Amino acid sequence: MHPNDRRYSKEHEWVMLEPDGRALVGITHYAQDHLGDVVYLDLPSPGAKLAQFQKLGEVESVKAVSDLFSPIAGLVTEVNQVLVNRPELVNQDPYGQGWMVRLASVNRDDLRHLMTAPQYEEYLSKLE
Amino acid sequence: MTQSLLHTPLHQTHLTLGGRMVPFAGWEMPIQYKEGILAEARAVRSGSGLFDVSHMGRIWLSGPQAAALLGWVTTADVAKLSLGQGRYTLLCAETGGILDDAILYRLGEQEHLLVCNASNRPAVWEWLQRWRQERFPSVSLTDRTTEVGMIAFQGPASIPIMERLSQGLPKRLRPFRITQATIAGIPALVARTGYTGEDGFEVMPSASDAQALWRLLQETGAAPCGLGSRDVLRLEAGLPLHGNDITLSTNPYEAGLDRFVASDKDSVCSVALRGIVQRGLLKKLTGFKMLERGVPRHGYPILKDDNPIGEVTSGGYSPTLDAYIGMGYVSVELSAPGSPFQVDVRGKRQEAEAVPLPFYSRRRA
Repeated sequence: MHPNDRRYSKEHEWVMLEPDGRALVGITHYAQDHLGDVVYLDLPSPGAKLAQFQKLGEVESVKAVSDLFSPIAGLVTEVNQVLVNRPELVNQDPYGQGWMVRLASVNRDDLRHLMTAPQYEEYLSKLE
Repeated sequence: MTQSLLHTPLHQTHLTLGGRMVPFAGWEMPIQYKEGILAEARAVRSGSGLFDVSHMGRIWLSGPQAAALLGWVTTADVAKLSLGQGRYTLLCAETGGILDDAILYRLGEQEHLLVCNASNRPAVWEWLQRWRQERFPSVSLTDRTTEVGMIAFQGPASIPIMERLSQGLPKRLRPFRITQATIAGIPALVARTGYTGEDGFEVMPSASDAQALWRLLQETGAAPCGLGSRDVLRLEAGLPLHGNDITLSTNPYEAGLDRFVASDKDSVCSVALRGIVQRGLLKKLTGFKMLERGVPRHGYPILKDDNPIGEVTSGGYSPTLDAYIGMGYVSVELSAPGSPFQVDVRGKRQEAEAVPLPFYSRRRA
């Protein structure tokens, strides 16, 4: 269920390194399921510099507002504009079209503080 | 100490359907099912949906003085109700503030049913008992909330389905009317009412028949719906929620509920309400639409020229209009459609504009 090509944070964000060294960031299936229908996203502007686990933005579902944290340090180079206009893609495809920001100049060492897919699955099993 | 939550007769049904259960007004209720809040809201607008509303207070009043007691505690002209007629009404305190909103039905010559909010059931009960003792001692009051289930069956498809299951009941049952009927063999009180802005029914079978009735209606294709979509739908329809949009510190006039106040009768609140009319209004419950993307939520400040002028009482995303909408109290002047103001969305000032209520009204056949 959770793709093996990325790492996961305890706050239920994922980061996936791309071949060119940049990284995509989004939220997990578990996060979108618990939030319910996403109706609004507040994401940073390109150029924003983020430390690991720094607040990245906010995601709002019908019922609640939640903070988003960047699972990795980096520089925001792109925001998923399709998602801003169609926030429901976070629910429909959290690991694909639901990506939120693209980061450059990422700190690969940060990956050590994140979980692999099996580790994340085990983490989830303890939450329930 | 935590009090244990009450369960409706449909509790097991909700668990089986994967309902997400949350505490609500002392009850454990589904906020949504698997399809999610927006899908449920869309199902009600385009087809039909089922809501468990068995948590709502149901109080029966009987005796020769029942209508007089209800006339004293509500804003309705109860004496004018014909048999089987219902009316949306308000229970106001001596100050004119709103204790609760409710639907009252005349079931018989000397029998009435009052359906109130779950959260206000204890307060409404106490209020009725107080005035019964002081002025109308012969009235008999019975709270049957836990004995009787209540299922709201809402949406355009609910009419033909009910037509089929109850030998043409919709033709005999006009809006805001109630009758005893049989739905595919299950006896129930059926009212042509709801809280979604769609046509539909609120059906009250015995608690023991509630699960069977739910199953039957679900098999017709009605989508199970939780409290989340109920809130979205009522907001779109501009229907106030007690505790948010109307409270003890707001009155029926500023809430725009004038048409539910019978002004030519004496009641607990009639002196206060006349005074309010004489003094004129300072604020008005106003619908607004966000002009920028952002979700207005309960409690967010409403600003004009950087000054706080009110608060959002209800707000959210409207799937039917694909817009962010809300309601709140602003000055009478700013309540006029088109008036610009801002909503402080967690520190960000976002432009909004007053719009007429309701946000959504169904096309009538």
